[in-house]
Amino acid sequence: MNPARRRRILLIALEAGVPLAVLAGWWVWSVGADSFYFPALPTILTTFADTWLFERVGSDVVPSLARLAAGFGIAVVAGVAIGTALGLSPVARRVAGPLVEFGRAVPPPALLPFGMLVLGVGDAMKVFVIAVVCLWPVLLNTVDGVRGVDPTMLDTARVYGIGGLERLRRIVWPSALPQVFAGMRTSLSLALILMVISEMVASTEGIGYFVLESQRSFAIAEMWSGIVLLGVLGYLLNAALALLERRVLRWHRAALASALR
Amino acid sequence: MLEVNGLSKTYGEGERTTRALAELSFTVAEGEFVCVVGPSGCGKTTLLRCMAGLLPPTSGSVSLRGHVVAGPPEQVGFVFQEYSRSLMPWLSVRDNIALPLRHKRLGKAERTRLVEEAVESVGLTGFIDHFPWELSGGMQQRVAIARALAYEPEILLMDEPFASVDAQTRADLEDLVLRVRKDYGVTVVFVTHDIDEAVYLGDRVVVLTQPPTTVQEVLAVNLPEPRDQVETKELPEFAHLRAHVFRAIKRRQELRPAT
Ligand SMILES: Nc1ncnc2c1ncn2[C@@H]1O[C@H](COP(=O)(O)OP(=O)(O)O)[C@@H](O)[C@H]1O
Ligand SMILES: [Mg+2]
Repeated sequence: MNPARRRRILLIALEAGVPLAVLAGWWVWSVGADSFYFPALPTILTTFADTWLFERVGSDVVPSLARLAAGFGIAVVAGVAIGTALGLSPVARRVAGPLVEFGRAVPPPALLPFGMLVLGVGDAMKVFVIAVVCLWPVLLNTVDGVRGVDPTMLDTARVYGIGGLERLRRIVWPSALPQVFAGMRTSLSLALILMVISEMVASTEGIGYFVLESQRSFAIAEMWSGIVLLGVLGYLLNAALALLERRVLRWHRAALASALR
Repeated sequence: MLEVNGLSKTYGEGERTTRALAELSFTVAEGEFVCVVGPSGCGKTTLLRCMAGLLPPTSGSVSLRGHVVAGPPEQVGFVFQEYSRSLMPWLSVRDNIALPLRHKRLGKAERTRLVEEAVESVGLTGFIDHFPWELSGGMQQRVAIARALAYEPEILLMDEPFASVDAQTRADLEDLVLRVRKDYGVTVVFVTHDIDEAVYLGDRVVVLTQPPTTVQEVLAVNLPEPRDQVETKELPEFAHLRAHVFRAIKRRQELRPAT
């Protein structure tokens, strides 16, 4: 076996082995510790299975994820639309610049009181808060991406009379897409955070609500099972986005690789 | 057909200005192959971009069949110096070539025919569904040429299209351009810094000076057709012409103080 191959196999083994070792360590330690704050891992896992498979999926997980999806979706559409307009027009960039800088500087949870005041404590408020928070990374990255379109490509479009929507769809957007995805990755993490916070502040269902309620009623194993679920969901959502990105931006990685060749 | 009248271009404003083109005039006849040759940085790209309507001149004008060029005219195709940056890496060869045709009011069958013919004429039939980044530099430039051909331009402007490919590929591409020019009956303005290339390809050669740039001389090339990489280049007339162009550029350099 050659050294490079051996190294790869070792790395893969470590990648899988380290989390397993940590889990095993947690397991052994928590079973022995008999702590109120850290229930035994087997207890947490049993609670996890009892709670989430699939008892509360319909009542908590689905509403949480639906709000996340709605807020994130609105943010991506609006961020790309506004970002494209700002990216294409220096005048618009100038005019909207201070507003954008202000908007992104507001710490996201600070919007919650305002959201509750105007939209109440229902879904609309939560979707609104998630969307506003997710808007900025997508918007700013789209502006950068659109401004970064190769001038030779834009000249090509002009010479060959490719304009309007055609130019956006075939040249500007594909070219900006790697940046848009970078923004979406950041936004997705923020979306998850705001999903949880908005449910802790004002809700009667959702995973965040469940975690806080469990803590308040000293159901510590339940609380931990909610935290584990949020971790798993975050991991899966990021993985799904990364998978989508790999497929959509196959040309991007290949073009980069061939430029280095 | 194409007329460059007292064209000048100065970049920038105020203190930091670059006078790229001082005052240029020449004409290109219908069906002609005109090479523009000049040293690097003398404003060849600037000239071609003005001719394509991509850049407004500071003064003077370019006219196409008597109409002043204010924006890119429909009859003009352009092959850029940076071929790899003018092809879209997210589109296949086929889609890259078809892209300019989408807004021409053509049937789907007609469009497909134009694309496939162009791909065949540049010898890339087997690669039509590849992506640009799967191709070598010379092949990418062929795609850019095919894209221009499929567009069926009356005038093809080419900006040092072969400056960054190896010598053998370059010779092949030169012959390719001569052939498709005949097949498609297109008028060509071909910019290069390579004197041999200019003399080999052109019906006439426009020799530019160092900046501030003017036309040093316009030279008719009466070499026999069809041109051939070996035979044409061993003709005494060829050697004579290239020496002539070389001296024209050199003489002008010697007149100027060293910088
Ligand atoms: N966009 C620009 N802004 C300022 N100066 C430019 C610009 N483009 C070209 N120049 C300058 O104009 C001169 C001619 O450039 P260019 O037309 O690219 O020459 P060539 O194609 O013959 O090498 C150079 O001195 C170059 O630095
Ligand atoms: Mg140039």
